[in-house]
Amino acid sequence: MALLPADPAAAAAYRETARRIRESAAPQAAAELGRIATDVRRSIVTMIDRAGLGHIGGDLSVTDILVTCFYGVMSVDPERPRWEHRDRFVLSKGHCAAALYSTLAHCGFFAPAELETFMAPLSALNGHPNRVRVPGIETNTGALGHGLPVATGCALAARLDGVPWRTFVVLGDGELQEGSNWEAAMAAAHHELAGLTAVVDRNRLQQGARTEETNRLDSLAGKWHSFGWEVREVDGHDHLALRQALAGSATGRPVAVIANTIKGKGVSFMEDRVEWHHKVPDPAQVRAALAELAG
Amino acid sequence: MTVTEEQAVFDCRQAFAGELIALARQDERVVAVCNDSVGSSNLAGFRAEFPHRMFNVGIAEQDMVGIAAGLANAGKIPYVCAAAPFLTGRALEQIKADVAYSEAHVVLCGQSPGMAYGELGPTHHSIEDLSWVRAIAGLDVIVPCDPVQTRAAVRWAAASGRPSYLRIPRFKVPEVTPADAPFAPGRAVVMRGGDDVTVIAIGSLTSRALLAADRLQAEGVSVRVLNMPFLDPLDEDAVVAAARQTRGIVTAEEATTSGGLGAAVAAAVVSLHPGPMRILGVPRVFAPTGDNGFLLDYFGLSADGIAAAVRDLLRRG
Repeated sequence: MALLPADPAAAAAYRETARRIRESAAPQAAAELGRIATDVRRSIVTMIDRAGLGHIGGDLSVTDILVTCFYGVMSVDPERPRWEHRDRFVLSKGHCAAALYSTLAHCGFFAPAELETFMAPLSALNGHPNRVRVPGIETNTGALGHGLPVATGCALAARLDGVPWRTFVVLGDGELQEGSNWEAAMAAAHHELAGLTAVVDRNRLQQGARTEETNRLDSLAGKWHSFGWEVREVDGHDHLALRQALAGSATGRPVAVIANTIKGKGVSFMEDRVEWHHKVPDPAQVRAALAELAG
Repeated sequence: MTVTEEQAVFDCRQAFAGELIALARQDERVVAVCNDSVGSSNLAGFRAEFPHRMFNVGIAEQDMVGIAAGLANAGKIPYVCAAAPFLTGRALEQIKADVAYSEAHVVLCGQSPGMAYGELGPTHHSIEDLSWVRAIAGLDVIVPCDPVQTRAAVRWAAASGRPSYLRIPRFKVPEVTPADAPFAPGRAVVMRGGDDVTVIAIGSLTSRALLAADRLQAEGVSVRVLNMPFLDPLDEDAVVAAARQTRGIVTAEEATTSGGLGAAVAAAVVSLHPGPMRILGVPRVFAPTGDNGFLLDYFGLSADGIAAAVRDLLRRG
C-alpha cells in the first residue's frame, strides 16, 4: 500500500512558518509555536470525538514537544518524507498517534482532511503509527519500549556514514518501565551517539495510576545521567525552553531531555487526571474543551 | 540425490560467515549486529575486516533487533546474528513490530537452531522459533539444509529488500543440494523423485530423509524427497502435487510439531488435497539431556524414524 500523498500547499506554508520561527526573536517564535500547538490540540480533541477512541491525555501532554521538534528544530521536508538526509523522528509512545498525525498534517506530510478518517475502517491513520502508510513515520510503534532502540540504530547509521542528520525520539515516562529502553540507553552512551536526543514526556501518569505509585522512576534525571547521557530538564510546555534543550549535544554524549509536562494540558478538567488517559469526552465536554482551546 | 553416512559434513555457520564477508566486500550497506556472539556466530573474520560495520550490543536482544531496524531505516542491510533461541524468544515483539510490520529490511540470522545446544537444555534449544516466526506476517522464513543453501540464503536476503529469518544450522550436515536446484520463495527442491510416498524435510533433517529414502528403496518403496528452503512462502503447488501423486506425506523438521513445517504442509494438504500425513518433529515436550545427534534420534528424527513413519503411513494410511 502506498504512502499518503503530501499536501503541497500545507507543506509550503510549513516551510515558510518554520523558517520564520527559526529566524524571529524569542517572543514572536514562542507566540507562533503556541498558536500551532493550540491548532494541534483542537485537532486532537476533534479527532478523538469523531473516532470515539484515543489517548487524549498523553496527546495533550506531548503536543508542545511535537510542535517544537517539527517547527522549531528538525530538518524535514514533508514533500520528501524519505529524503535521505532528513532528521529522524520516532514517537515511541505510539498511542499518542492523534497528536503526531495532527502535527504531521499541519506540516503538510498529508492533507489535514485525512485526519477525519482517524481509526475509521481501512484508514491509513491507525490508532498507532504505521510507516508503511503514513509519511513522516519512521517505525511502527504502539508496543512500548521500542522507539529508543530503533532511534539508537538510526543514530548509529548516521555516525557510520559521517552525516550530520539527527535522531529524535519521544518516550512516555511510564514506558521507561520497559527494560528495553535501558538496554538502548546503555548502547547509545557506549557509542557516544551525540546525534541522538531522547525526550521524555514526564507527565507522571500512566494508564492506571501515577508512575511513582506504580513503579517509581525518580530520580529520573539521575538514572539517565548514570547511564552516561547528557541530561536537560525543562518545562515541557515552554516552547523556547524545549527548543533550547533540543539543540545538539554539548558533551559528545547522547542527550536526554526530561520534559516536565501535564497530562491533558490545555483542557482544565483533563489536566493531571488519570482517567483521561484514554477516556473519550462526551459532546458537552468536547464543546468545553474546544472553548478552552479557542486560542 | 543420495547421501551416505560417510560423506563429509559441515557446520553451516562457517558457510554463513564466509558468504557474509564476501557480500560485505561487494555491498557497503551490509552490517552485522550481534549480542556478545562474535564467536558463536563466527563473526571474528567479519569484525577483523569491517570493524566499523560490526555492532556488538552485548547481551541485549531487544535492543539488538531494534537497533537493526534503525540501521535499516538509514539504508543499511543489517544481518542480526544471535543464537536462535534468544533472537526469537527474547526479541519476538521487536521482530514483529520493528522489523516485519515496519517492513524494515533486516536479515535475522538464527544461529545454532533446533537442539544444536543439546546438552545445555531447553533454555538453549530453539525448537519453537519456526512456529513463532511463521505466525508473523511479512517475514520470509528460510531454513537452509546445507552450506549451498546457506550461501544462497545470505545472498538472497540482501537482494530481496524484505525482512527475513534465516535459520543457520550448527549440527553438521552433508552437502545435498543439487547444482541446478532452485532457491526462490515458494519453490521446493526435488531432492529425489519417487511415486509411493513423499517425505518433505527441511534443515538438518534433509540428509536424513535421503538416507531413509535409500533404505526404503531397498525394500521396494519409492520415496519422493522434497526440501523447502523457504518455509514461508511455502511451495503449495509441490505439496498438492505430492498429495495427489503419492499415497501420503511425511514431514520432518528439527522443531516442535506445533507450528513449523508439518503444520504448514498439513494446512495446505487439508485445504487443497486431503490425504494421509505423518508429522515428525519434537512433540510438545522439553527435551531430556543429550547431545544434538542423540536428541534427534531420541525423537525419531533419524533415517530409521523417517523410514518407520513411511512404512506406517503405507500400512495404515
